[in-house]
Amino acid sequence: MTLTEKILARASGKTHVAAGDNVWVNVDLLMTHDVCGPGTIGVFKREFGQDAKVWDPKKLVIIPDHYIFTADSMSNRNVDILRDFAREQGLPYFYDVIDDPNGHWQFDASRGQLKQQYGKNYTGVCHTTLPWKGHTRPGEILFGTDSHTCMAGAFNQFATGIGNTDAGFILGTGKLLIKVPESMRFFLEGEMQPGVMAKDVILHIIGDIGFDGATYRAMQWEGPGVFAMNMDDRMTIANMAIEAGGKNAMFPYDEKTGAYVRERVAENGTKSEFEPVELEKDQTFVYDKVFNLSELEPTVACHPDPGQRKLAKEMNVTLDRAYIGSCTGGKTSDFLAFAHVVRGKNVKIDTFGVPATTKVVQELKDTLWGGISVWSILESAGVRMTENASCAACLGGPVDTFGRMNTALKCISATNRNFPGRMGSKESQVFLASPYTVAASALTGRITDPREYVS
Amino acid sequence: MPNIITSPVFVCKDNIDTDQIIPAQYLTLVPTIAEEYEKLGSYALVGLPDETYPVKFVAPGELKTKYQIVIAGRNFGCGSSREHAPIAMGAAGVQVVVAESFARIFFRNCVATGELYPFDARERLCDKVQTGDIATLDFDADTLTVRGTTYSLKPLGEVRPVIDAGGLFNYARQSGMIAAKG
Repeated sequence: MTLTEKILARASGKTHVAAGDNVWVNVDLLMTHDVCGPGTIGVFKREFGQDAKVWDPKKLVIIPDHYIFTADSMSNRNVDILRDFAREQGLPYFYDVIDDPNGHWQFDASRGQLKQQYGKNYTGVCHTTLPWKGHTRPGEILFGTDSHTCMAGAFNQFATGIGNTDAGFILGTGKLLIKVPESMRFFLEGEMQPGVMAKDVILHIIGDIGFDGATYRAMQWEGPGVFAMNMDDRMTIANMAIEAGGKNAMFPYDEKTGAYVRERVAENGTKSEFEPVELEKDQTFVYDKVFNLSELEPTVACHPDPGQRKLAKEMNVTLDRAYIGSCTGGKTSDFLAFAHVVRGKNVKIDTFGVPATTKVVQELKDTLWGGISVWSILESAGVRMTENASCAACLGGPVDTFGRMNTALKCISATNRNFPGRMGSKESQVFLASPYTVAASALTGRITDPREYVS
Repeated sequence: MPNIITSPVFVCKDNIDTDQIIPAQYLTLVPTIAEEYEKLGSYALVGLPDETYPVKFVAPGELKTKYQIVIAGRNFGCGSSREHAPIAMGAAGVQVVVAESFARIFFRNCVATGELYPFDARERLCDKVQTGDIATLDFDADTLTVRGTTYSLKPLGEVRPVIDAGGLFNYARQSGMIAAKG
């Protein structure tokens, strides 16, 4: 069996499953947020009753992260709906924006977008929060009401996005009926060259198989190139499985995974037991291809979808804006790569930096290069850095969202999706690239191969 | 549900993603709140680029569309897991989407909510029919007839009874998978 099949077999109490089987799986974790949580709660109450209790409060994680730092009253209300539910259900894992469990969230626009407006429990983007707070465990089943839930596949976990109705069903029953996907294998060998990042790997591969090339399928990653990657790089790749239509991403387990997970479950007091699934010889794939990482170059996905692949060096596109942030591209390692390029220089176009989590904010302030914090280095280069970690303009959001494109602008972005209107106006255009490429392009004002800027 | 529906069709091309079906700024609307559900319908497909789609799917000032059948190309509903997407279309009055292919989560959300019947076409219908053409969809014969030509569709199979029942919960109760409502 493939890694995905092994996890699904275990979760459904079977010794063997094959692609195409429909199985009821027991859910280890359900994650929801402010955009889909209120609707999920609505489905749960409509179907199981106003006084119904969730199947297991410890297996539900609620992370407000999408539309937080906006004066939009409906968005603020939706965070309040989550808080009311967390209180009513006695949920231990609700990462609220404010500290008062009986309070109301209201963004204060008069204080501006850049300075912290959250309390001590707030974390930021859900997919980056889950591993940080010790909720991702190898061998488990995670469903989330967000398509980028597949990011947790980096941790040898079956993780996929679902809608409100399925999530409401899980809230009441702890189970879901799913189809076992066919698996595709991406075997990575060789070493990435300087200036090339994990983002380039996934953009290259989406360009290779097409924007719907993994529809309904599991994308399994193997090979020495995978084991050489750190967890952040694996997360970047797993995150974008959905951009090829994939159901989930699946990475093999190794000691790096184990050490990362053990440290974080210990730090947060979450469940510490887990049982990874190991690679076996007898696996059936519907696609099996070797990629040599040393051949990859800085890659861009052009407007209007993530499959529109070009090499950065071949492009001559003038830009209005650059953006670094999101689950895919807003991790500490992403900002460090970005800072490496812009350090001591000045960006030429409007450039926005939105850390994925509040921990990333802290790490960028605590990391000193030559006695100066990386945060200050970024600000000195002209990057508009906000402390308000969230999804922000990655998915547009309400019109006052930080970094949102409200007119027909062209933006290069370290995020994951570039459909028409994704970051705001449907006349705007988004080009997806690595943090290195976004940084180099911010310096020149046009899409730029970053290799001459990376020593 | 009716075995046959006849309606003007709305035609769109490949890779219509969930941001085009329901742009992100409208996701503040909660689908389980009745008046917000209705409002979601009024925004269905409002994210389609104006130059490619000069005909509005929902006429300005209206809550509902006149198109009960949508014809699409490849990878319809790709992108986000937002259930707001099939719900917005269902709330607008759409009953059926016939596409060359669907993105996985959108397809599943159609079934779980019971909002839409997602038919896979056997050929590229979005190049053969035009917005405004009158079409007849026969659920029992799995066919779509437009301007005198009848096109065979792939049968819905195991998902049809779930949508017929009105979605995942009704189906699960009918078939005894979960307890009846108290």
